[in-house]
Amino acid sequence: MLEQLNEIEHNALSALQKVEEEQALESWRVSFLGRNSPLMRVFDGLRSLPNEERPQVGRRANEVKRALEEAYQQKLEAIRQAALQRALQSEQLDVTLPGRPLARGRLHPLNQTLRRIFAIFAEMGFQVYRSRDVESDEYNFQLLNFPPHHPAREMQDSFYLDLPHPPDNPILFRTHTSPGQIRAMREFAAQNPADPPPVRIVLPGMCARYEQITARSEIQFQQVEGLAVGKSITFSDLKGTLTDFAQRMFGKGVRSRFRASHFPFTEPSAEMDIECFVCGGAGCAVCKRSGWLEILGCGMVHPVVLENGGYDPTRYSGFAFGMGVERITMLRYGIEDIRYFYGNDLRFLEQFA
Amino acid sequence: MKVPVSWLKEFVDIPVPLEALAHELTMAGLEVEEIRYVGLPLPKASSQGGERQEIKISGLEWDPEKIVVGAIYEVNPHPNADRLVLCQLDDGQTVHTVLTGAPNLFPYKGKGALPKPIKVAYAKEGARIYDGHQPGQVLTTLKRAKIRGVDSYSMACSEKELGISDDHEGIIFLDDDAPVGMPLVDYMGDAVLDIAITPNIARAASIYGVAREVAAITGQSLRPPSLSVLMSGAPIAGRVSIQIQDPKLNPRFMLGLIEGVEIRPSPYQVQRRLRLAGMRPINNIVDATNYAMLELGEPLHAFDYDKLVKRAGGKPPLIITRPAQPGERLVTLDNIERTLDDFTVLVCDSAGPLSIAGVMGGAESEVDETTHNVLLEAATWNLINVRRTVFAQNLPSEAAYRFSRGVHPAMAERGLLRGLELMRQWSGGTVAEGIVDAYPKPIPAPQISITAGEVKRQLGISLTAEEIKAILERLEFHVLQEGETLAVQPPDHRLDIGEGVIGVADLMEEIARIYGYERIPTTRLADELPPQRTDPLREREDLVRDLLVNLGMQEVITYRMTSAEREARLPFVFEPPPEQVEPIRLKNPIATDRSILRQGLLVSLLEAAERNARLQPRLALFEIGSVYWRSVRELLPDEILRLGIVLCGQRALTGWQAGDMTPMDFYDLKGILESLFHGVHLEEVRILAAQHAAFHPGKCAEVYLGEQRVGCFGELHPLVKERFELPEAPVLAAELDLNPILTAIPDRYGVEAVPAYPPVLEDIAVIVDEEVPAEKVEQCIWSAGGKVLRAVHLFDVYRGEQIGSGKKSLAYSLTYQAPDRTLTDEEAAQVRNRIVRRLEQELGGKLRS
Ligand SMILES: [Zn+2]
Repeated sequence: MLEQLNEIEHNALSALQKVEEEQALESWRVSFLGRNSPLMRVFDGLRSLPNEERPQVGRRANEVKRALEEAYQQKLEAIRQAALQRALQSEQLDVTLPGRPLARGRLHPLNQTLRRIFAIFAEMGFQVYRSRDVESDEYNFQLLNFPPHHPAREMQDSFYLDLPHPPDNPILFRTHTSPGQIRAMREFAAQNPADPPPVRIVLPGMCARYEQITARSEIQFQQVEGLAVGKSITFSDLKGTLTDFAQRMFGKGVRSRFRASHFPFTEPSAEMDIECFVCGGAGCAVCKRSGWLEILGCGMVHPVVLENGGYDPTRYSGFAFGMGVERITMLRYGIEDIRYFYGNDLRFLEQFA
Repeated sequence: MKVPVSWLKEFVDIPVPLEALAHELTMAGLEVEEIRYVGLPLPKASSQGGERQEIKISGLEWDPEKIVVGAIYEVNPHPNADRLVLCQLDDGQTVHTVLTGAPNLFPYKGKGALPKPIKVAYAKEGARIYDGHQPGQVLTTLKRAKIRGVDSYSMACSEKELGISDDHEGIIFLDDDAPVGMPLVDYMGDAVLDIAITPNIARAASIYGVAREVAAITGQSLRPPSLSVLMSGAPIAGRVSIQIQDPKLNPRFMLGLIEGVEIRPSPYQVQRRLRLAGMRPINNIVDATNYAMLELGEPLHAFDYDKLVKRAGGKPPLIITRPAQPGERLVTLDNIERTLDDFTVLVCDSAGPLSIAGVMGGAESEVDETTHNVLLEAATWNLINVRRTVFAQNLPSEAAYRFSRGVHPAMAERGLLRGLELMRQWSGGTVAEGIVDAYPKPIPAPQISITAGEVKRQLGISLTAEEIKAILERLEFHVLQEGETLAVQPPDHRLDIGEGVIGVADLMEEIARIYGYERIPTTRLADELPPQRTDPLREREDLVRDLLVNLGMQEVITYRMTSAEREARLPFVFEPPPEQVEPIRLKNPIATDRSILRQGLLVSLLEAAERNARLQPRLALFEIGSVYWRSVRELLPDEILRLGIVLCGQRALTGWQAGDMTPMDFYDLKGILESLFHGVHLEEVRILAAQHAAFHPGKCAEVYLGEQRVGCFGELHPLVKERFELPEAPVLAAELDLNPILTAIPDRYGVEAVPAYPPVLEDIAVIVDEEVPAEKVEQCIWSAGGKVLRAVHLFDVYRGEQIGSGKKSLAYSLTYQAPDRTLTDEEAAQVRNRIVRRLEQELGGKLRS
């Protein structure tokens, strides 16, 4: 009997070696572990064995059964592993093929720049104040200390509109966002004319000037104006605020400088340059070799403007600044032609964030 | 303003290199746009290396070894060429035979030894100069050559060849006292600062004005020009008189007289300076007026005195200044007859107009070759009248440039004296004793008081009263210190300093400039924060923008200016009422296609779509921007904020796998609008079928907010679409009135708890007549469903034989859910039966099994 069991074990294990598929394994299981397998018949014949042989044969039969079952399990696992490996292998992708394209939306680059400007100034306490596009000569010029026929008006050739108006107060598309200074100050001062509240605002808006459209000039452009008015605002605050702005807009450590300049609505006036971040000041085409880039005009609010806004210039002082959103965007991204912004070629617009 | 440095140095020493001076001037508000070297050595390459040139530099330096003063003793004909001459030229070391074709030497040809030598600029072999025969400035090096059998290795130069001007008509004849053999650079090497003069700094539109700024900025002392005149002629008194009609138009008028002048060219050094400063030399008299103007800033005008006497019938002329009569005419010295406006001020005599005050002289009374006696005018004019005249006559001039920016009456006297003396020196004339001066109402100088505290308050710097006084005195202000207060009076060359608080601000600018903007510290705002405000409409506008971007739309910004023809391509989505229908026209359009302010938004967007159509398979554009309607009551027009959307082309982007490449249709646009309104929690928006000329009659809807129509959208009408160059695919477009929408967007909205009990999901399909709108069916389901109906979602629309013609089947998935319990099957069945019954009763709907 023991001989027979050894033979069964040997035959089963050597048959198992040849099995490679789950189906063959099942046949093997039926043959060697099934109801009618030689091994099961050994178990069936145990009762007919003499008493003294029975325990020894029974133990050995159980040993063989365990060994075969174990071998079966191992084989089953091996076959499944191999099948999985084959399946995975067959499902391999070319991961270098492009992903599915998604139609993505984007803000216009000028609005992206505006948001960044707003965010920087918001953290310094400047809130956005909106005002109208079409203005009267009074607001666009006269209240800002540009008297009629003033030479400074030549710097801002205007688009006048064919609308009925009082003499000496024609209507025009604003040439700068500065009329918003007067509108804002008047609105705030009206809340408490004797002691108007401080002002800290940024004024965005579309402006238009009579200029030939070229790579450098457009008939319409967006400006952001800043205005801070209070009882202790100085020229050094102006320098500090705008220096902080430039560093956040163009990079930490970017050097800036203030040159004396002239605007009718500020005095003293300045133009702010930043050191060219393209060449680090060494001179390049972007800065026209000067090492500096002009980014904005600014100055202390002219007393006439404060007064026109309802703020007493002997008690209040303030600063104002104005920058071209196109110019700031052009500098940040190295854009050389201003006409891209209103040309709306998607091949341009889609390059932004 | 072009400033020759040699001229500047007559009035102030320049202790630093020109580039450093240019930097200082630029920082102080006199922006130097360029330094042009005309002989003086160009600066060595920048110490920082690289390309950096903070101030633009150009020009030519003259090699002191190779370019010198020469003297021509004799001009001989060329043996083989009529158009060339051979000069005997002494360069201080040797006498050379120099070949030239300069026409201005021809009169001396073959005359033997000249009575006095002609001094010229002589360039030797190897000198680097500009090529006189090529346009522009092309550098060349003089080389030895044989020209028509004669050895040539050097030349006498023209102004063009030396970079002085573009004149190449002849060679330069230097003044007789030029020392032969002296390096030309030492004799007349120069450089020109080109300075941009802003309106507030008009006082510096002169050499001396710039010198004054240089002195103040660098701390050098200023050397004023001499104003003494040798007056040895018969007194002017009684030989001319002045009548000013309106001192507001003509605050001051002065006259001087010089007799026995000989009209001839000015000394070469004068001509050279005039050219470097951008003016053309004419003759000694005209040049003297220009030279004095450039030097001091006071424009002068020279009349031929004898012509005036003749006009006055032999009597002493009476000079009258007055505004022009409407339609009055004058031939100006450019020989153009001009019709004058009533704002133009004239200088007249008893016979009529002589010149346009401050702008241009008249042809009749001008100085010419026959002039012997010159009446010299120095006056002051109202800048506005000059300005308007310059614009009206399109007649810019150096004089008008200065008068239109303001010249102080005190300058008239200085200019007149300087001009008379220069004429005397250059013309051999005799200046009449005395001058005639009409100055009816002298301008009082403003008095401004200022303290160190005020300087601290405005500029944030702590200066003592003494320091402030010193700064202002550097600019020639008169300052009296009384304790901490300074009483300041501006010098009489300045008109830009105001009274009171304006004057204080004017002084602040001067203090900051001279102290140096760079030295003012940078500080952070310490002032009280203003009251905090929110602008909900702006925040919501940004929310709308972000939602549209998230929906895959590209934002564009288009021109606010268009033309009536362009707008007419699309019927207005919002038709202006009759009183506002007329567009707002530009009075001075820059182009005919930008001649009005737009009244609607969609055309601009469709134009942007046109521009991209050929290159993009999918267009999804939006713009938020203003349109402009004339106002009925207000001075200023209505600015109406609009949202425009345009969709066209395939739904998905092209990839390498099959995607949804079918063209977008009405429902894509409607989906975007629904997502938008849902995103801003605007639940009360209704979208109703509509008709509009811009849109396909069956594919058009309107957006209502309550009773207000706030938008219209649809597929472009094929006949409208034809007017644009757009692709085959349907074009979907929407225009919405954004302000009422933004106003209606709620600030806050509630959020419901996530249900704790499971929902019961069920699909029903209902067959209704084709005419029954889906919206009605859904409303019916909602109203029948009651509280436990939580969601209704249309997932299929079917038409076909199975359900018969004229019918459609709408399939909905319904969600029933209670917040407090699990619904039983019976409850769900009850709701369902209620819905089915109601659909039957109200819409004749039948359940599709
Ligand atoms: Zn650079």
